[in-house]
Amino acid sequence: MSNAPSTRNHQVMLRRVRRMVLFVVSIVLVAAVWEIYKAVGPEAGGKIFGWKLLPRANDNAMPHVWEMLSRYTRPELRGSDRRIWSVVLAGAWFSFRLALVGFALGTTLGLGLAVLMSRFKIAERGILPYLVVSQTVPLIALAPLVVSWGGKLHVFGWEWPRWLSAAVLGGFLAFFPVAVGTLRGLQSAASASVELMDSYAASWTQTLFKLRFPAAVPFIVPSLKLAASSSVIGVVVAEISTGLKGGIGRLIIEYAREATSDPAKVFTAVFGAALLGLAMSGFVTIADLYMMRNRPKEATA
Amino acid sequence: MSAVEISSLGKVFNAGSANQVDALVDIDLSIAPGEFVSLIGPSGCGKSTLLRLIANLLEPTSGSVTVNGKSAKQARLDQDYGMAFQQSGLFEWRTVAKNIELPLELKGWEKAKRRARALEMLELVKLADFAEHYPWQLSGGMQQRVAIARALAVHPQLLLMDEPFGALDEMTREHMQSELLSICRRTGSSVVFVTHSIPEAVYLSNRVVVMSPRPGRITKIVDVGIEGERTDATRDNAAFFAGITAVREALRGVEMSDHVRGIEDR
Repeated sequence: MSNAPSTRNHQVMLRRVRRMVLFVVSIVLVAAVWEIYKAVGPEAGGKIFGWKLLPRANDNAMPHVWEMLSRYTRPELRGSDRRIWSVVLAGAWFSFRLALVGFALGTTLGLGLAVLMSRFKIAERGILPYLVVSQTVPLIALAPLVVSWGGKLHVFGWEWPRWLSAAVLGGFLAFFPVAVGTLRGLQSAASASVELMDSYAASWTQTLFKLRFPAAVPFIVPSLKLAASSSVIGVVVAEISTGLKGGIGRLIIEYAREATSDPAKVFTAVFGAALLGLAMSGFVTIADLYMMRNRPKEATA
Repeated sequence: MSAVEISSLGKVFNAGSANQVDALVDIDLSIAPGEFVSLIGPSGCGKSTLLRLIANLLEPTSGSVTVNGKSAKQARLDQDYGMAFQQSGLFEWRTVAKNIELPLELKGWEKAKRRARALEMLELVKLADFAEHYPWQLSGGMQQRVAIARALAVHPQLLLMDEPFGALDEMTREHMQSELLSICRRTGSSVVFVTHSIPEAVYLSNRVVVMSPRPGRITKIVDVGIEGERTDATRDNAAFFAGITAVREALRGVEMSDHVRGIEDR
C-alpha cells in the first residue's frame, strides 16, 4: 500500500500528458481534413444523390488554415494599429468574465433550488416541471426581454447594467444542470448514513452539510461542467442576439458581415469563442480536481 | 437500573392498509448493564425493527422502550448509545480519524478534544497508524473496526449493532468477535447484537433472544452457560456447543425448515 499512491500519481501524470498530446493531434487532424477537403471538394458545392450536401470549397467559404492563422497578426481594420489577435483576445476575456458571472449566478440558483427541492417533497413536485419547461424557452426569445431591463431597473440608486443581462442569460442556461444534478446528489446519500445521522440526533442542517452535500459532490462536479459550457453559450448567444458591445459574440456578427471581402476574419472570432469555452472548462476542471482530491480514484477515472 | 427495558412493545407497519404488517407484538425484554444480548431469527422476524425501536429510529405502535431509565427518544438525543450497521457506513470524504470524530463534532466538542478521543478509539481498535487514511484505502474488516470505534466514540453505555460482521469473511469475523468482546470488557458497555449466525450469537452473548416471524415475537431466550472469559478456545468448549444446540432447537421450534433459511449453521 505504501508505494501505491506514488505509482498512481505517476499514472495520473502519464494520462494527463497523453490527453494533451491527443488534443494537439486532434486539432492538427481537423486542420488536415479541412485542407484535404478544400483541395478535392467542389468549388461551388455539390450534390449527393440529388441532395445538396457537399459544402463549397472555394476560398470565400473555406479559407486556408494558414490564412486564418496569419489573419490574427494583421490589423483588425485597414489603417488600424490594433492587431486582430488582441481584439479577439480582449473580446474573449470580456465574454469570459460575463460567463463567470453567469456561471456563479446559475450555480448559486441551482444549488439553492436543489436544497429547497430536497427539503420539501412538495417543492420538488411543484418546481421541477417548471425547471424543465424553462429550458425549452428559446434563449433568443428571452434575450431581448432581459436586455430591456438594462437601464430601466433601478434599485436604491443602483442601475441594472447592460452586461448583467447577458450574464443573467448565461446563468439561465447554467442553473438547470446544477439544480438537477445536485438534487440527485443530495438524494444519493445512503439510507444507512441518513439513519446514522438520525441516531446522532443530527439536525437537518447538520445532515445537509456533513452528509448530503459531501455525498452529492460526485453528482455536482459533472453538472458544473455542463453549467460552464452552458453559461458560455448563453452569454455568446445573448451578445449576438442583443448586439452587446465588447464581447466575442459581437465580434462574430461584425466579422461575419465582412465574410465576402475578408473570409478568414470571422474564423478568428469563432476560434476565440472556442478558446473561451476551453478556458471555462479548464476553470471547472481545476475546481473538479480540488473537490474530488480525497475521493476514491476509481470514481474520477 | 437496566440498560434497556422493553415492555409489551408492538410495531405495526402500514396500519389499516391492505399490506399491514405486524412487525412486532408483545415484546418484553430487560437487558442488564454490561450484558451482551443477541437477537437471532429468520428474515422478517423483526429483529432489526426491534433494534431500531431501541435506537428510536422508529416509533413504537404500542408499549414502551426505556434506555438507561430514560425514554428512547431522550436517550437518542443524549447519545446514550452508539450504533453500527452491516455496511460500515463510513463517509468516504473523511479520513478515518475524522469519521470517528463525526458524532463528537455533532455534539459540539472542540477540535483538540475530538482528535484526542478519536486517537484513543483508534488505539482501542488497533488502527492507530491509519488515522489519516481514507476509508477506501482500508480492508473491509478494518473499515468495520473504524465503524465500531465511531460507535464507541461518545463512550456510550449501550452499543446497538445490526449484523456488523455480516459482510466479513469467516476468519476476519471470528477475529472481530474476539476484538469486540475485549473492547466491551474494557468499556463495560451493554450490547444488543443482531445476527444471522448461531455460533456468533452463542460465542458473544450472555443471552440469545430467539425470534420468529408473522407476527414478529420472542419465542425463547437461551442463557449461554459459558464460564469465564471467552477466548478462541471457547469455540471448542462443551458449553459453547450446548449453547449452539439450544439455540438451534429453539429456532427449529420457530417453524419448519423453509422459514429458517437465512440462518447460518456454520
